[in-house]
Amino acid sequence: MTDTLRIGDRDFDSRLLVGTGKYSNSSVMLESIKASKSQLATVALRRFNPDLPSDDLYGPLSKIEGMTIMPNTSGAMTAKEALRVALLGRELSGSNFVKLEIHPNPHHLMPDPIETYEGAKLLIKEGFFVLPYMPADPVLAKRLEEIGCAAVMPLGAAIGSGKGLSTSGMLKIIIRESNIPVIVDAGLRSPAEACAAMELGCDAVLVNSALAAAEDPVAMGRAFAKAVEAGREARLAGIMRTSNHAVATSPLTSFLTEEK
Amino acid sequence: MEFTVNGNPYQHNGEGTILSLLESMGVDPAKVAIVVNDAIIKRETLDSVELANGDQIEIITFAGGG
Repeated sequence: MTDTLRIGDRDFDSRLLVGTGKYSNSSVMLESIKASKSQLATVALRRFNPDLPSDDLYGPLSKIEGMTIMPNTSGAMTAKEALRVALLGRELSGSNFVKLEIHPNPHHLMPDPIETYEGAKLLIKEGFFVLPYMPADPVLAKRLEEIGCAAVMPLGAAIGSGKGLSTSGMLKIIIRESNIPVIVDAGLRSPAEACAAMELGCDAVLVNSALAAAEDPVAMGRAFAKAVEAGREARLAGIMRTSNHAVATSPLTSFLTEEK
Repeated sequence: MEFTVNGNPYQHNGEGTILSLLESMGVDPAKVAIVVNDAIIKRETLDSVELANGDQIEIITFAGGG
């Protein structure tokens, strides 16, 4: 099996990235992530609360074999704030992977393209492997590639909306033009959509709500693992072309035709 | 010594290093990142950086996120 995905300085066997938010509890989260076979998980940062028993994420996550922990910059509204959050995240994770996300409006959570671009420049200068969450915009994707991002993560639909691959037209252009991994982040709801994203040619997908908000997050983790593998394999296998007319699969020879 | 920790006043009676503050609060230093007066403190200096009265301290940890 040599179909690995290289991001930054690491090779990943799994093309499924997962978030760690919204789970009912951390043991369900861990089992779901293990079932998904993901090797790259995002986490957020918050103030430590000494009054609550420590809901430690790092310890359990880092025990999953081959797991890379990628802090995000959620909460940052500007490039400078994102840099600050990223530096703190690096102190905690000990790795240079960072998911850059700057979305100032809580109603739609759409990424700010200008701050994201400026933030990516700052983070790259600090030695991060930057994976920016971004609008599905081919021009911005190219600009982010040119300044040295490790991957681009265009959205399929709004965060947590479960509206699927609503940007598929733009995603196709981004995939065709990109020389760095393209990872669909946000919007995916079902394994079918993850599979479709992979068939489209995405290098990986990132899901959080789709697992965390499922009735059985562990079973859904397994389902997404299979879907992403199937979609990737289908892409590599070369999907048949469409045709405007019927093309018979069985012989239409005439041995049943009545003799005259 | 008196600090502001995560926005709240905090009275500390031990030694003045960050490590000693964390230990007195029962916080595992491996699981947190520390900011003192807007400066991020490198992990390897937690036992050497001395705190001063009135310092603003932020203790940050991982949370679930997408």
